[in-house]
Amino acid sequence: MGRVWSILFLTVPILGVWTFVAAMNDWWPMSEGAFGPGQWFPALDVSNHVIDHLFYLILYLTGAVFIGTGLVLFWFLWRYDAATNKDPVVFSHGSHALEVVWSILPAVVLLFIAIYQMDAWANARMRRPLTAEGAVKPPLCRVSGRQFEWRIQYPGEDGRLDTPDDLHVLNDLYVPVNEEVVIEIESLDVLHSFFLPNMRVKQDVVPGMRQYVWFHPVKEGVSDIVCAELCGWGHYKMRGQISVVNAAEYDRWFSAAYAAQETSAYDPAEEEE
Amino acid sequence: MSTTTIDSHTQAASHEMSVGSFLSTYVFSRDHKVIGIQFLFSTLIWFIVGGLLALGIRWQLAWPWSNMPVIGNMLFSAEGGQISPEFYTVLVTMHATVMIFLVIIPILAGAFGNFLIPLMIGADDMAFPTLNMLSYWFMWPAFIFFGAAFFTDGYGAAAGWTSYPPLSAMTTAAPGSGNAQTYWLLGVTFVGVSSMLGSVNYMTTIIQMRAPGMTMFRLPLTIWGMFITALLQAFALPVLTAAGFMLLADRLFGTGFFLPEALSVNNSPMVSGGGQPLLWQHLFWFYSHPAVYIMILPAMGMVSDILACFARKPIFGYKPMVYSICGIAGLGFIVWGHHMFVSGMNPGLGMTFMVATMMIALPSAVKTFNWLGTIYGGKVRFATPMLFALSFVSMFVIGGLSGIFMAATPVDIVIHDTYFIVAHFHYVLFAGTAMAVFGSIYFWFPKMFGRMMNETLGKIHFALTFLFMNGTFFTMHILGAGGFPRRLADPYHYPTFSHMLSMNQFMTICAIGMVAVQVIFAVNFFYSLFWGPKAGRNPWHANGLEWQAPSPPGHGNFDFQPIVYRGPYEYGSPESDEDFYPQTMPPKQERAELA
Repeated sequence: MGRVWSILFLTVPILGVWTFVAAMNDWWPMSEGAFGPGQWFPALDVSNHVIDHLFYLILYLTGAVFIGTGLVLFWFLWRYDAATNKDPVVFSHGSHALEVVWSILPAVVLLFIAIYQMDAWANARMRRPLTAEGAVKPPLCRVSGRQFEWRIQYPGEDGRLDTPDDLHVLNDLYVPVNEEVVIEIESLDVLHSFFLPNMRVKQDVVPGMRQYVWFHPVKEGVSDIVCAELCGWGHYKMRGQISVVNAAEYDRWFSAAYAAQETSAYDPAEEEE
Repeated sequence: MSTTTIDSHTQAASHEMSVGSFLSTYVFSRDHKVIGIQFLFSTLIWFIVGGLLALGIRWQLAWPWSNMPVIGNMLFSAEGGQISPEFYTVLVTMHATVMIFLVIIPILAGAFGNFLIPLMIGADDMAFPTLNMLSYWFMWPAFIFFGAAFFTDGYGAAAGWTSYPPLSAMTTAAPGSGNAQTYWLLGVTFVGVSSMLGSVNYMTTIIQMRAPGMTMFRLPLTIWGMFITALLQAFALPVLTAAGFMLLADRLFGTGFFLPEALSVNNSPMVSGGGQPLLWQHLFWFYSHPAVYIMILPAMGMVSDILACFARKPIFGYKPMVYSICGIAGLGFIVWGHHMFVSGMNPGLGMTFMVATMMIALPSAVKTFNWLGTIYGGKVRFATPMLFALSFVSMFVIGGLSGIFMAATPVDIVIHDTYFIVAHFHYVLFAGTAMAVFGSIYFWFPKMFGRMMNETLGKIHFALTFLFMNGTFFTMHILGAGGFPRRLADPYHYPTFSHMLSMNQFMTICAIGMVAVQVIFAVNFFYSLFWGPKAGRNPWHANGLEWQAPSPPGHGNFDFQPIVYRGPYEYGSPESDEDFYPQTMPPKQERAELA
């Protein structure tokens, strides 16, 4: 029976690796063909590949350890099965040299990962993008989370938020392509999380705090805004969408939306719904 | 075997036995073994509840908004048999709450800690037996409050097991945020009181009541795990209790510890506020991150004991194992911020927590290598406890390695609050701790009840659980890396996630299988309890002190005074005539002198 159990434990690294390889190459039989090759992650629409790069780096490093320990475990179980192992037990309480080796090696690798990624984190969360003149780039718009919708506010002609000429839209964010986009995010009630899977952006929004996220979209298209922090019973339906468009189309959309806002009238009947 | 009997001790024990009424022997017992078994039965019942709640979640994710067969109409007749989004948030909240606060923490410390600590260190009971009894009975208010949290306000507590304010602080924020959330907080407080009473007791017992010759470095690793866990609880728990009372005050007395100024949720009157929602997260994780280690260190210890026993070999690197337990516990206090990388906490602080988190992978790696080293050169017996212990090692590797992804702050931006996290902690807590608990039940059942469990049923239970478990949890990594978020009642109306439905159906089928095969375990458990073959003192030929006591041990545990001559892992020692060498057996020379 020892043989059977050894093989059962051998299936862990084999099936584990197969699952990941299948997902990365779109062989996964249950993905309904939506992952294109190399599209296991949501499609990447920003210039910043560093997060994906880090993910794969860690995947390969940990994958090597996973396969290694899995094979060692299998081999030890197969080789030292009491039913077949005729050799006497190796009466050993451990090895100082080995302990040192397998403490220092992982420590070096872990420290490498830790230091290697610091720059990516600083760029993603600490270094606000600058304008050509070197000033801190002002936000394109403000997104406010509220149970269960994203309220979006663009500054009007005066370039400032919270003035009468602001443009207000709901759940429908437009950003220009090929430009560093800065968005101010905040919450009007409970915690939400502003998650743009295709832009590799996620930031909890906290009532009472004003925060900024930034990304550099390089591909035109429409993708999801997801709320990633439990915010109440309607959490699942707090969906918005982000459209990345070229500069001309962005201006067209802005003036059309602005014109629509200026001509709309307050209708109490609509409010009732 | 040592036969140094101390007569007065045995007499005292049997005398006490005769006066105990049924109530004081089995219900309000101060005997650590009875209390341990009470904890075991209570937590196993809650394990069933928690498992069924998980099936509710899985059902919704595989077949959203469709009627649950048979039970749907019984539970949700008002919604036409479907799970409502309100109830879904209750499911995710209460599944985690039940599993963490009512199953894993009390089954490790309460059930195994209570049963094993005095037996393994050669004591006749805990240092404070009455306190010990109270630690069990303080669980009952928690059971009642958590139970009430299900049925109050129509739904129940629904702010997630982390209960982040303002969702948990404002009664207008969610349907279950009225009294249900208050009951939830009281439940957590009572669990905390119970754990605190237990941990004071465990520390004192382990420090003060070891048998002659039982030095700290002759303690089984199970006891080291329990000891460090008790320390963690003693230092971290007061913070959670305090935070719980602050949140209660925010809810009931209008304070504003966790609420910013002028906040209004769902058109409620504005609160005076002046506080900070992130404060709760810091306080909560200051306890709940060490709690993660409270939920695994004892399991690591028990697995080490089982591995050495069934590999018939000393544990590889005993002292490095002890130091790595201490290292995990020490670092465990300075990594709580890794739950908050995207919470709005200062990103600079996030970098500090990232480095500390990376470093905590190191002692875990050392432990894994030492477990493998223990198997090397041994004579492995594939008994049921050993299979579960091996699966702990194999699965803990997965849970540990996936932790490195989320420790990496930039990667965490993408995978935070997705199923990658869910995969990670289920590999650590279910595939790790729960499997270790199953193994420990199979291993110590003969000592607890004096009878053996059935091996064939045990192996079938193991193999099926192992397969279904990986089918359920491994695919979660793939979903999570694809961005699939947690706690969403219906993620499929997002185009990004709509293609992940059939993968979820596969997982749900595995999950149903996994829960179903636990029936095999229940049958085995209860059949063996009454009709299993008699075990004898030492059925596994193990070294620990507990195996020298009768099975089950009577009141006062030992019918002789245990004297300890060596560590607990001297399997295959050339000095012994057999392939094991009990801690109480005098060395050859001394035995010759006695003869």
